[in-house]
Order: sequence, then C-alpha cells, then structure tokens
Amino acid sequence: MSVSVALEVNGRAVSLELDPRTLLVELLRHELRLTGTHVGCDTSQCGACVVHVDGRAVKSCTMLAVQAAGAKVTTIEGLAQGDQLHPVQAAFRNCHGLQCGYCTPGMIMTTVDLLRRNPNPTEHEIREGLEGNICRCTGYQNIVRAVAEAAVALREAPAASASA
Amino acid sequence: MYAFNYVRAGSVSEAVQAVPGGNFLAGGMTLLPSLKLRLARPDQLVDLSAIPGLAGIEEVGGRIVIGAMTRHSDVASSALVRAKIPALADLAGGIGDPLVRNRGTIGGSIANNDPSADYPAAVVGFDATIITDRREIPAAAFFTGLFSTALQPGELVLRVSFPIVHRAAYVKFPSPASRYAMVGVMVVQAGRDVRVVVTGAGPCVFRLPAFEQALAANFSAAALEGLTVPADGLNQDLHGTAEYRAHLVPVMAGRAVAQAQGR
Repeated sequence: MSVSVALEVNGRAVSLELDPRTLLVELLRHELRLTGTHVGCDTSQCGACVVHVDGRAVKSCTMLAVQAAGAKVTTIEGLAQGDQLHPVQAAFRNCHGLQCGYCTPGMIMTTVDLLRRNPNPTEHEIREGLEGNICRCTGYQNIVRAVAEAAVALREAPAASASA
Repeated sequence: MYAFNYVRAGSVSEAVQAVPGGNFLAGGMTLLPSLKLRLARPDQLVDLSAIPGLAGIEEVGGRIVIGAMTRHSDVASSALVRAKIPALADLAGGIGDPLVRNRGTIGGSIANNDPSADYPAAVVGFDATIITDRREIPAAAFFTGLFSTALQPGELVLRVSFPIVHRAAYVKFPSPASRYAMVGVMVVQAGRDVRVVVTGAGPCVFRLPAFEQALAANFSAAALEGLTVPADGLNQDLHGTAEYRAHLVPVMAGRAVAQAQGR
C-alpha cells in the first residue's frame, strides 16, 4: 500500500507517495535529505530526532509520516533566518552547549518549544523540560546554561521566538 | 515494522467500521514502539487524529470531560483542569517527558492499560466514567488486568468524565531510566469517601481498602503509620523487586496524603 502525504516542511510544500510504515524522521532524512534531524536510539528515549509538528516538539522517530499529513513541520534546518542563527542556536554556540553534537538538533528543538511555553524557566524547570533529551556525552551543564542564556535573549528579542 | 494499511478516519462511525483486524491509532506513544519492535502486527491502523470533536476539555454539569484524543500536555496546561482538579493536571504533566506529552492521549493511555501508566490511577481514584461509542463504563469496571480493559473489540473511547474533586494528589516514584511509575499512588478525598489507588506496583491498577478506611477516619499521613502492603503478586523486574515496590507503596501514599492536605 502507498499513501499520498502532503505537508509543509520549513515553509516549503511537500507532496509524496509513501509506504504508510515510513516514519516522519525517515521522510525528513531519506526523502527530503534534511539530515540535521538525527536518529539516536530509534526507541523514543533519546530525543535526538525532535522536530516541531504544528509548533509542538515531538519525537519524529515515533510518528508516522502520514500522521503529519496537513501539518507544518519545522526541523533544525528551518530555525535560522538566512545566516542569522536562531537565538537558541546562538546560545548553544556561545555556551558550548554540546560535546560531540549528536544530540544538539533535538536539544535545540526541544528548547525552542520549552521557552515558548515557559519564557523564564528556573534551572530545575530547564532540567525537567529536557527530560526527554539525552546527551550521551553527559554535557548537561553547558546545555542548561545555553537554555538559560537563550531564555534571556528571547525575552529581549521576542520576535525571534514568534518566527521560529 | 510489518506492513499495514493506513486509514485516516473522518468520523467515529468510519473508525469503528474500519477497525476489525486492526488497531486504533491515537497518539501512538506505545503503539508505534510496539510496531517497530514487531510486537504487534495489525492489518490496519485507523488514525483517530482527524475525527472532529475527539479532543478538548470542557466543564459539563459539574464534571470535567476530557476528549479521548486530548494530549497529556493539554491536560497539564489546561487552566480549567488546573483550577478544578489540580491533581489531574499534575499527573498529566508528569507522564513520560514533554515530547511524549505532546503526542500521547488520555484515550490511548487508558485503552492500553500499561501496568505502569499514570492515568489509570486517576480514572479509578476519581471514579471517572469512560464514555465509548456504545456505552458508559464506570472506572471500577474498566481496568480488568495486565494490558486489559472492559473494551470490546472495536469499541472506541470517546471521552472520560471526571467528577470535580479538589482534595487529591498523585505521587509517583519514577524509574530513573524510563520515568515510568515504579509505584504511583493517587489519593482522593471526595466527601466522606477516600480512595487510594496504586499503579506501577502490580499487573493492573488496584485500590487499598485498609488505607482508605484509615484515611476516612483521619485524613493524615500519620493515619497510615504501620500499614503495609504484601509483596505477593507485585511486579518484579530489573528496576526493582516486589518487596521494594511493596515498601514504596505506603511511602508514596503518605506523600500523596500530605500533598492533598495542602489543597
């Protein structure tokens, strides 16, 4: 069986014929070549594959591509405005919120959603908000710092948050 | 994943007609991992997400009615649930992680009846009513065993209706790895009735009548002193022994009572 799936990815309309078994992350990586979204565990534990579907951060390894039909999907590639990094991306770079970088796209996508819901989180709320994202290097200290710095940046320039 | 046909149902009747031989697909937070592990092999997946009216929260006749496709994050952040049944908002906000809460649904959670799921404790604790496409099922009759419910094949949960009860709390001891409840205890004081409901510890959610009687006489954590739960029949796995879980039950119950008293 194949099904027609039409959706919007990073502002671009996409229409494909897919096996219904295709995961959203497979659509993004294999069909659209948007390889910024990573597959870490493939068992919905690590959060490396987090993207936004209609503005909500979700694990794209645990969603069928057909479930995203009609939705607006944003991946890590869709955050920057041209050469200008999204404030969350900039904060991760400033704070060195990464070690190997594998978990970073998911961390950043989760952070954007987290800060949209809670623009001024405590350190505890940041750590709870990142509960679904695992850094195998255990580089959490700088990741948490990056989220706190991004929160300040977004509060000072809220337009960046709205456009993401 | 084995191959399946995919149907995006546009109405409840279309979904129920399409499902024989297949599975309803709600948020997919348990079903999709099961399919990926080839633990399930449905011929057909019937996606419920496009059916109008299955998601949402409203107050109807002094009860809070939650649509089956309502995501955990929406229950957790609902001002209505927070104001009327704060313990339910807390419980929903503690399920899995934020990404799972953005997809997982109340209907999917209770229909699956995972022994470590959080929602069954609330459904039994508040004595909620489950409304399906063909009948209303009281909470006490809904959860029948490990991954088993009173739902008939092809029966679809539409809504869950909770009485408004302020004095309640849910406290769980999550597995440090999976965040599933090793033991979760819901304590509800509704009028003179007290319900103490345990999830995670056994094959299915269960009540503790001795704890309930003690709390009905004296609603305080002190009333639970000396009460124990036998380890017989409790879950035992690499996360903890049955004895460990038995020990956790009164500890979590005491914390839940203390939290409920603050409400």
